[in-house]
Amino acid sequence: MIRRQAIALLALAGFFVALYLYLYKIGVYGELQCGTGSCETVQASPYAVWLGHPVALYGVLGYAALLVVGLVGARPALAARRWPTLALASLATPGWLFSAYLTYLEVFVIHALCRWCVASALIMTAIWVLAITGLVRSAP
Amino acid sequence: MRRFYVLLLVLVGVGASLLALAGRSRTSTSVAAWPDVPPAADGFRGYTLGSDSAPVEVVEYVDIECPICAVFATVQFPAIRDQLIAPGKVRWRIRDFPLNNPAHRNARFAALAAQCAGEQGKFWPMLDSLFSHHDWAQTGRDVTALFRGFAQGIGLDLVRYDACVQGQRYAGRIRASYEEGAQRGVNGTPTFFVNGQRYTGGSTSDGFRAYVDSLLARRSARRG
Repeated sequence: MIRRQAIALLALAGFFVALYLYLYKIGVYGELQCGTGSCETVQASPYAVWLGHPVALYGVLGYAALLVVGLVGARPALAARRWPTLALASLATPGWLFSAYLTYLEVFVIHALCRWCVASALIMTAIWVLAITGLVRSAP
Repeated sequence: MRRFYVLLLVLVGVGASLLALAGRSRTSTSVAAWPDVPPAADGFRGYTLGSDSAPVEVVEYVDIECPICAVFATVQFPAIRDQLIAPGKVRWRIRDFPLNNPAHRNARFAALAAQCAGEQGKFWPMLDSLFSHHDWAQTGRDVTALFRGFAQGIGLDLVRYDACVQGQRYAGRIRASYEEGAQRGVNGTPTFFVNGQRYTGGSTSDGFRAYVDSLLARRSARRG
């Protein structure tokens, strides 16, 4: 229960980060607030688009899905049910793998780090750890 | 449970507020603040690629924000560089022609960023960055940080780059280039002149190769 709540909160934070990057990518924001990082370089790279859509859009959708499942699964009536745990792990695993791939691209291909992307990767990692430990603990 | 929902609501409030605050940064002061400057008379004739003794010179009037220029630079130009410039047949000269068009609000700024990179011997890598990551074009967004990121990426001294851009050091040079193009009848980009004559063939590597080869063949025939 606590894990699902924590995942919902983390997913909400990740949703805002991804939404910020997406809104920037489609031109709603003029400039990324990035401090000394290289967000603009990363966002302008060809890797910021996948299958014709900004990568951040997939983040928005992924975090939204995690948020919804986390919120539904956090309801007391569903505390003993295992399917929300399974659903969270099923969503978090590809999300974490995709995040890891994007971080690899930043470090080894683009040679620039976007701190918002790093924040998203850390959030997704935390969600994945919570989802997997929840899955292991709930194993029959 | 109540604490969870309170936390959730607080997070929603904080996130929405931060997004709203970030929206206030939507400006494009970099170009809007660019004053009109007189054309520079420094004799600068544009950066070149290729041998000084190449028998053919191509002058390209370019608007770095122009999507056709970006496609030409990224798709056609690599083959031109390999097949015509590297063997010493062609010298390629770039002249700025930032279009006076609301959709090209950052064209002059892009030209300035490239000139400021040129000051540090990195004109071509900067031009390559500006064209290769062309997502910024025609968005009207403030590209200051993006261009600075490009400058950082190609290894420019950022203190010198910043001073050059903020002081608009080469605005007059860009103006002079634009006026030169206008006098030669340039009204769109990219526009090419080959050995002083306007080139009206295909803007492809094959088109340039055929035209340059025909020029060189005529030249050989005259000598023979």
